[in-house]
Amino acid sequence: MKFDTVIMGGGLAGMVAGIALQQAGKNTAIVSMGQNALHFFSGTFESLQAPSERLAELFSAAGIRVHYREGVRLMPLGTFKEAALSLDDIDLFPTPKFGRRVLIVNFLGYHDFFSSFLAEGLEKQGMECRIRFLSLPELDNAKAHGEMRSVQIARSMDRIWEKVAQEIRLLLKDEDTVILPQVFGLLDDTIPGRIRQAIPARVVFAGTMPPSIPGVRTQMQLRRRYELLGGTFLMGDQAIRAHEHDGVVHSIATHNLDAHYLEARNFILATGGLYSKGLVSNPFKITEPILDLDIDQPQDRNEWYNPTFAGDQPYMGYGVKTDEHLHAVKDGVAMQNVYAIGSILGNTRPNLGSGAGLAIRSAFAAVDEILRSTSEQSEI
Amino acid sequence: MKLQEYTTSAHNFEECMKCTVCTAYCPVLQVNPLYPGPKQAGPDGERLRLKDPYFFNYALKYCLNCKRCEVACPSGVKVADLIQSARIKYDTHPPKLRDQILASTDFMGTLARPFAPIVNAVTDLGVTKKVLDFSLDIDHRRTFPKYSGRSFESWLKRRSKEQAAFPEQVAYFHGCYVNYNYPQLGKDLVKVLNALGVGVQLLDKEKCCGIAMITNGMAREAAKHATHNVEVLGKAVSQGLKVVTTSSTCALTIRDEYPELLKVDNSAVRDSLLMATRFIYEKLEQGATLRFKSGYHKKIAYHTPCHLEKLGWGVFSERLLRMIPGVEFTLLPSSCCGISGTYGFKKENYEASQAIGQPLFDQIKTIHPDVVACDCETCKWQIEMSTGYPVLNPISILAEALE
Repeated sequence: MKFDTVIMGGGLAGMVAGIALQQAGKNTAIVSMGQNALHFFSGTFESLQAPSERLAELFSAAGIRVHYREGVRLMPLGTFKEAALSLDDIDLFPTPKFGRRVLIVNFLGYHDFFSSFLAEGLEKQGMECRIRFLSLPELDNAKAHGEMRSVQIARSMDRIWEKVAQEIRLLLKDEDTVILPQVFGLLDDTIPGRIRQAIPARVVFAGTMPPSIPGVRTQMQLRRRYELLGGTFLMGDQAIRAHEHDGVVHSIATHNLDAHYLEARNFILATGGLYSKGLVSNPFKITEPILDLDIDQPQDRNEWYNPTFAGDQPYMGYGVKTDEHLHAVKDGVAMQNVYAIGSILGNTRPNLGSGAGLAIRSAFAAVDEILRSTSEQSEI
Repeated sequence: MKLQEYTTSAHNFEECMKCTVCTAYCPVLQVNPLYPGPKQAGPDGERLRLKDPYFFNYALKYCLNCKRCEVACPSGVKVADLIQSARIKYDTHPPKLRDQILASTDFMGTLARPFAPIVNAVTDLGVTKKVLDFSLDIDHRRTFPKYSGRSFESWLKRRSKEQAAFPEQVAYFHGCYVNYNYPQLGKDLVKVLNALGVGVQLLDKEKCCGIAMITNGMAREAAKHATHNVEVLGKAVSQGLKVVTTSSTCALTIRDEYPELLKVDNSAVRDSLLMATRFIYEKLEQGATLRFKSGYHKKIAYHTPCHLEKLGWGVFSERLLRMIPGVEFTLLPSSCCGISGTYGFKKENYEASQAIGQPLFDQIKTIHPDVVACDCETCKWQIEMSTGYPVLNPISILAEALE
């Protein structure tokens, strides 16, 4: 099967690149081994400090609403982090002390939302907190049978959010702020806004354990947009081998399509870091499994780690080497039709929260390179 | 590093990193609170079952075996295989009479075919449905598939000489549905392949692929079918033939369920069994051409069946349909229709089955197509019954559009 560009990896980076290329009239495929890091998405693009018109346009065409405001956001354990560009689900505050009295509401039996940690963190900022649990018969069954995750609650909330808002109004005393777990608006993203209107206090949604509801919704919207633009999304498939000749890749083999190769003029590698298996490791070295690209890593294994577990871990910074056009480097030579984007570049560190920003910026940069190089080729 | 090879766990369950992504995509978990979900039923439960079979949970029977958890898993865990293997290994209850009847699709087909008009009329009666519901727990709200008076096999046998005259040959695993219920699909395939210069042969007596047996507690019988089928496929493959099928579930079962669940080695035939859509697409890519009618117009919404999605081959059907001049094509969002073979026929699953399919039904109604295209026979029954829109296999649409 022939394409203009084949993208390996269907996370944020791969989907943004795919959508941007489809919008530019290119014919692309995305090969995605299962779901992606958007399921752990905080909802904020931390390292994108400047308002990105281009991102806002691409997202808004997919029905994803973002806003930009410099400030801080509330983290799931009651701490704060600087943030600017965010999904509309996320509140951004000028300072960490965003209220005086706070009512934290959780659902009885839901263990993936940390109300006491939140309260402790907010009390440090000088806010008074009260925690209350709502017991809802709609959630009883999930409770009894054990799997009560954000998505199961969110499915119920899409139906019963009005009743929940009513219950919260009854719980509310003199608090100026209500904090709720981020389990609203899985399919209908207007629900968080409607809850904000239905409760006579400021409503803040705080993150839960994965799956992230705003993240799951974002991935569904991006995939739908990509498919409506005519892109071919091969979900659950995995690029296993690339066929190259003189430093140019002409096709890849995938697990599901075996002998049926995907041919293209350009390839984008967006398979993620160690966590997503875009990079794999053994006791001696870290490798990139599809093309065996060059990796920036010290020889001495002892340098991979920081003995302080919670400290900055060097291995998280390792990624594939590229030239300044994001061409991936193999055996010291930049491959002219292979671009590396997203976490596989390394340097996405959870403590910086820079994954989403890097994914988007590198995706746009690679797309621009591809469009520029193809327009040059057609001029010749 | 051999160490990692030697320590690979059954169905890769130790690769699970507890990310819970699968729970977001399990259609059953969203509608049936009695089901513990793919993570608990699969890798989490496996850890416990290995310690003590006592931890086997009978609620695993609510698993649809749609494989969406596996498609979503970023770590390559065979979640659905873990669940079905656990059912095969630990479920000691003999299958109910109803489940045996539902699972024995080729046996029932052989029985019903000679009396097709009577059987069809009787199963359509409200009173029959009530009786089946009451006596066997087969839900009375279901529409039953119709039986055909003449089998596909006998139709093709009469044409074997004419088919043998084509320069290129292919063998066809037609499956129970084409043989007993809807021979037209087989005839459509013959028409399309003939137009490409390819003649169609039967296998040397295929049996039901066995998927309904696997999911209904009859793994031993299924393994017998699997061994037989691998043998007859082997005969065709050793003559240099490719084997095509029009059913995505038959394809998935023979390629993946035989080795993973039934431990039947299919390595000699696996790569030679293809969906007919893939075979045709590849022929066209190699330069073959099809001549289509002028003035053909159809608004088509394509639904990728779960098992085709697992195979990763929906793209071939999609591309073939888009290729037909005059087709207005929409790809339906990836979602399960809820029937999953015999699952939705069971009284205890009816409500869940319909609730799972609802988002898909709503989408179809919004698009308002002339026809829904889909490569799965049970999806066809479910979508036709629940939306009123006709459903055709992409092969039938190709045949209809040919000059």
